[in-house]
Amino acid sequence: MYFETRELSKEFGGLTAVKEVDFAIEKGKINAIIGPNGAGKSTFFNLITGLHRPSSGEVFFKDQEISHLSSNKIAELGIARTFQTTNLFERATVFDNVIVGHRLRTKTNLLDAILRTKRCKQEEEQCKEKAWEVLQATGLTHVATKIVTNISQEEKKRVAIALALATDPEVLFLDEPTAGINPDETNGLAGLITELAQMGITICLIEHKMKMIMQMADKIMVLNYGEKIAEGAPEEINKNEEVIRAYLGGEASA
Amino acid sequence: MAVVNKKGLLFVLILLAIIFPLIVPNQYYIHILTLAFIWTIAVYGLNLLSGYTGYLSLAHAGFFAIGAYSLGLLTVKVELNYWLAFMLSPIITCIIGVMIGLIALRTKEHFFAIYTLCVGYIIYLIIDKWDSLTGGVRGLIGIPAPADIGFISLSTPLSQYYFVFIILLLVIFTVYRIVHSLTGRSFTAIRNSEPLAQSLGISPMRNKLTSFVLSTFYAGLAGALYASFIRFIGPEIAYTTITFDLLTYMIVGGIGTLSGPLIGTLLIVWLSQNLQFLQDYRMLIFGPLLTLIIIFAPGGISGTFLQWRARRKEKQRINMTTMKKQA
Repeated sequence: MYFETRELSKEFGGLTAVKEVDFAIEKGKINAIIGPNGAGKSTFFNLITGLHRPSSGEVFFKDQEISHLSSNKIAELGIARTFQTTNLFERATVFDNVIVGHRLRTKTNLLDAILRTKRCKQEEEQCKEKAWEVLQATGLTHVATKIVTNISQEEKKRVAIALALATDPEVLFLDEPTAGINPDETNGLAGLITELAQMGITICLIEHKMKMIMQMADKIMVLNYGEKIAEGAPEEINKNEEVIRAYLGGEASA
Repeated sequence: MAVVNKKGLLFVLILLAIIFPLIVPNQYYIHILTLAFIWTIAVYGLNLLSGYTGYLSLAHAGFFAIGAYSLGLLTVKVELNYWLAFMLSPIITCIIGVMIGLIALRTKEHFFAIYTLCVGYIIYLIIDKWDSLTGGVRGLIGIPAPADIGFISLSTPLSQYYFVFIILLLVIFTVYRIVHSLTGRSFTAIRNSEPLAQSLGISPMRNKLTSFVLSTFYAGLAGALYASFIRFIGPEIAYTTITFDLLTYMIVGGIGTLSGPLIGTLLIVWLSQNLQFLQDYRMLIFGPLLTLIIIFAPGGISGTFLQWRARRKEKQRINMTTMKKQA
């Protein structure tokens, strides 16, 4: 198994946000997690990427148990993520924002920095090259020198993805990459995500836009009240009775 | 172009600082400026932690005092060689910094500020009450001035001015290097969003602790300089008012900027001197001034200027591109 969760659960006080979820992420594919608001999707992400500790259950990545690792260690293994809110450094340029993304692959310490050793210069160069590379991959070179405050919401989402890419990930978790973005721009971002998958990066994303997800995902898991109610190819999900009930009975807007 | 200007400006400033005592051969002014330089060093430390890493420490005066008392005790009571004591003082401050940092950094935001405020006050209380070690309220007297280095004497106010100035330059230089390095970028990433930084593989605890200990190092260094410059220290240097003075210098100058601590400290110290006749009513001016800055220019003098310049540059570039398009 490439990446899987086994009976993953998370309780906040008396509330069970995620309940015994078994999920496998397929290598090189686009995996999607959908579900009504409050279904536990983001919590599930936070459990996988080490931001929260699971109450019970395990997460495996390439046969290694990772649920006890901190998120920075998980990132080192090649697992990157984005957040729903972008949290960029608004006063700095796009390029400056992305440089730090490659920090985890460097070894420069404080002493190197103060003495400005050869290693320090080399690794800084390496980070800048990486930043440029990921800005090209995400189609952001034209805004590289712009201050983040002045770029569009869609561009900010792309910068967040670029930052995650700078960590050299094998698997990329995207938490609602197209939230708050107009339909045209959504298509652009969907295109980018498909391209990333073609480049060989395994994608796992949370989405609300059903049409988009049905077109691009290879595999979908549906969460409702923290429980997995369906898993499979888009066609299967489309026909699944329980999914229809959860969506129509719960929130018609989805 | 901009780089040349920056270097030119730096050169002029350094030159100005070097010739200042020659133009204004007034002992009093030299004394005030030396003291301002010492405060600036401490503010640079505070800025590294609060400005760049986003953790507002209110124990800074405490660490300043630990540095000062380390030097005082090592030279007066242990009668250690001056330079050895001078080097040990910031190191002792760092060691205490590591211990406090490990606990304090488990908290965040205002909890961290409140926690460190308490730590600062406890440091003050320890110095004030531990009579047998620190001399309590009477303080420590007879701290030696910096010992001569070979044939260079450091006992005159003028030579001390230059000595402190050189240390300040070294401090600014190291802070510059740190801030522009990958380590500095990690600090800023933590300030922006700790979960994001961590998901990028940056260890929050390690980086925060590095920043915290560095800030105590600079505070300890400033304290050691203060002790050997004033040659008398009392517990009041650890008191919260000193922390808030340092905070004011940093915020007025520009939190999270490289020139902010220098600009803020020099400006406020100069203002304080000129408003001396108002006594404590000076605060009637500083209080509203600080409030206005926080509301209307949270970046302080330096931050506001940098933002204004960045905006202007961007506007120029947009104009250029539209002009190109029209042509």
